[in-house]
Amino acid sequence: MTGTATHLPLRVRGLRKAYGDVVAVDGLDLEIRAGECFGLLGPNGAGKTTTIEICEGLNTPDGGEVVVLGRQWGRDDRELRERLGISLQETLFSEKLTVAETVRLFRSFYRDGPTPEAVISMVQLQEKTGSRVGQLSGGQRQRLALACALVGSPELLFLDEPTTGLDPQSRRQLWELIEGYKASGRAILLTTHYMEEAERLCDRVAIVDHGRVIALGTPRELIASLRAEHVLEFAAGDTSPIDERALASLEGVCSAGQRDGTYRLQVSELHRAVPALLGELRRREIQLTELRTHSATLEDVFVTLTGRHLRED
Amino acid sequence: MRTERRRWRSHSLVQLTLVRYREFIREPEAVFWVFVFPILLTAGLGIAFRNQAPERTAVAVVESGQAGARLAKALRANPDLTVQSLGDSAAMEALRTGRVALVAMAAGERGVEYRFDVERPESRAARLLVNDAVQRGSGRRDPVGVSERQVSEPGSRYVDFVVPGLLGMNIMGSGIWGLGFAIVDARRKKLLKRLIATPMSRTQYLASFLLSRITMLVVEVALLLGFAVLVFGVPLRGSLGMLAVICLLSALAFSAVGLLLASRAQTVEGVSGLMNLIMLPMWIFSGVFFSASRFPDSIQPFIQALPLTAVIDALRASMLEGASAARLLPELGVIALWLVGSFVLAVRMFRWR
Repeated sequence: MTGTATHLPLRVRGLRKAYGDVVAVDGLDLEIRAGECFGLLGPNGAGKTTTIEICEGLNTPDGGEVVVLGRQWGRDDRELRERLGISLQETLFSEKLTVAETVRLFRSFYRDGPTPEAVISMVQLQEKTGSRVGQLSGGQRQRLALACALVGSPELLFLDEPTTGLDPQSRRQLWELIEGYKASGRAILLTTHYMEEAERLCDRVAIVDHGRVIALGTPRELIASLRAEHVLEFAAGDTSPIDERALASLEGVCSAGQRDGTYRLQVSELHRAVPALLGELRRREIQLTELRTHSATLEDVFVTLTGRHLRED
Repeated sequence: MRTERRRWRSHSLVQLTLVRYREFIREPEAVFWVFVFPILLTAGLGIAFRNQAPERTAVAVVESGQAGARLAKALRANPDLTVQSLGDSAAMEALRTGRVALVAMAAGERGVEYRFDVERPESRAARLLVNDAVQRGSGRRDPVGVSERQVSEPGSRYVDFVVPGLLGMNIMGSGIWGLGFAIVDARRKKLLKRLIATPMSRTQYLASFLLSRITMLVVEVALLLGFAVLVFGVPLRGSLGMLAVICLLSALAFSAVGLLLASRAQTVEGVSGLMNLIMLPMWIFSGVFFSASRFPDSIQPFIQALPLTAVIDALRASMLEGASAARLLPELGVIALWLVGSFVLAVRMFRWR
């Protein structure tokens, strides 16, 4: 017991992986602390899945060090498999089996763990116990995947994009289940490209882009690093571009940028910045076509760091 | 007692094997092709080629003039012939389209002309029958007295020949399809990857396929042979033990071939193509529906090396001739080589992702 307590659940140093000429992971470092939910946040193709699959022992790195629960892949595989819970990005379970049959199958692989019935009620699929997997909704399938990850009472849980493609209600339901699991004090590594998901579930977040960690901290710290609590976005009618430096010098504005005709201002004091912006636009006789403000999010952190959005849609 | 039972039920090999049964039984099409189709095929072939009173041979006669009428009368006297009286061109048309086997017409004062295709066996038979009728009608007397006794011996009929062929074909199909399709489907769905992320024993995963294959084989063989024996009286002259050994070894060999074909394929379409590529030559050359010895000598070594040829030869020798284990050794050897070779190669090539 002391053996596991003194080890970090996961430590990754200088991880590298390339597929031919494409570098997927480029010197990535991570540390997950006991009992923490750690999020890898980044756009598609950032190297999140490659990273998590190397940590899961399903992929081999080209370089770097991975220590999971104080053990290493290639030496302690059998033991690690017993102690890890894994939900892959897109597993299609056999459609002809029922929920109970699927969970029972996965439970039979592990020495210790709750009964299949207990796991099914943990993910709130009791009413679907006898239903074929083929008849489940997307959210129910993801909960089944979570159940199969939990059958061995894992010490570390890997969730690769657990809510991708789900409707908002199913997503919220899954979040509640993951929060419930977090309460048991066991560590989770989660990948996502939804900033709300990372903000809500994760104790700490690493923002990943092009196979590297470009920012690391609690969601609150990362947002605070913008030194601006609000974001003000606007679009103007057919005019020549407005100088970004002029916008950045407005009262209450920290920085300004422009992309595809939409201007983004990071704002510390909204009540001063809005009148200043409107005054400036009136002075330049520029017509405003759109104006939005919102509290700064992890998405804004990502945009500030990379100039791109997490999801380009 | 109860906990013992629970432990047994929760064993992963048991669970994996149960999954195989469930997936199979819940796929009605698979059940049809594996269990029902071979029986329908046996029934169809057995009925189509049943030994019955020899069919009467249809011939045409061009009934022109006195000689023509005499000829027609002589032919109608033979009970084995059905005689149609047609005009010259209509008769040739009937011959070309296969409605009659031969056209007979008067030629000159006393002569008769036969028109027929020597390539067609029934035409050659018709020529003998017609000629016999013509000569007898003109007063020929046979110098030798002949007596006839007709026999129908189980074992020499077409249905006896074809049942071992169908059994071998069925064992091949369900072995190759059963493993190939299920494994590639699981790989495509990333289920294989998900399974190796658990502590599951990979050996047990593959063993579950063999276990379920063997139990389903018992049902398959019992249904098909039971039907053939009860309905058509197909003989089982060899020992049932020997038959079981042949079936088991064949099922394992074809499962190994299925595993080999599935070892790398990423899509179901890909593996289906591979499976057909491998099975097609065996459907043609291995003597399912007619003897493999009809093919030229030059390709016999290739045919004899095919696993299905060995399986069907062994099944026929055991069922129809009651061959001993010693006599079946060459066939069993070929099957065992395919089993070991495919399995070793499959395990080396197999990809879980």
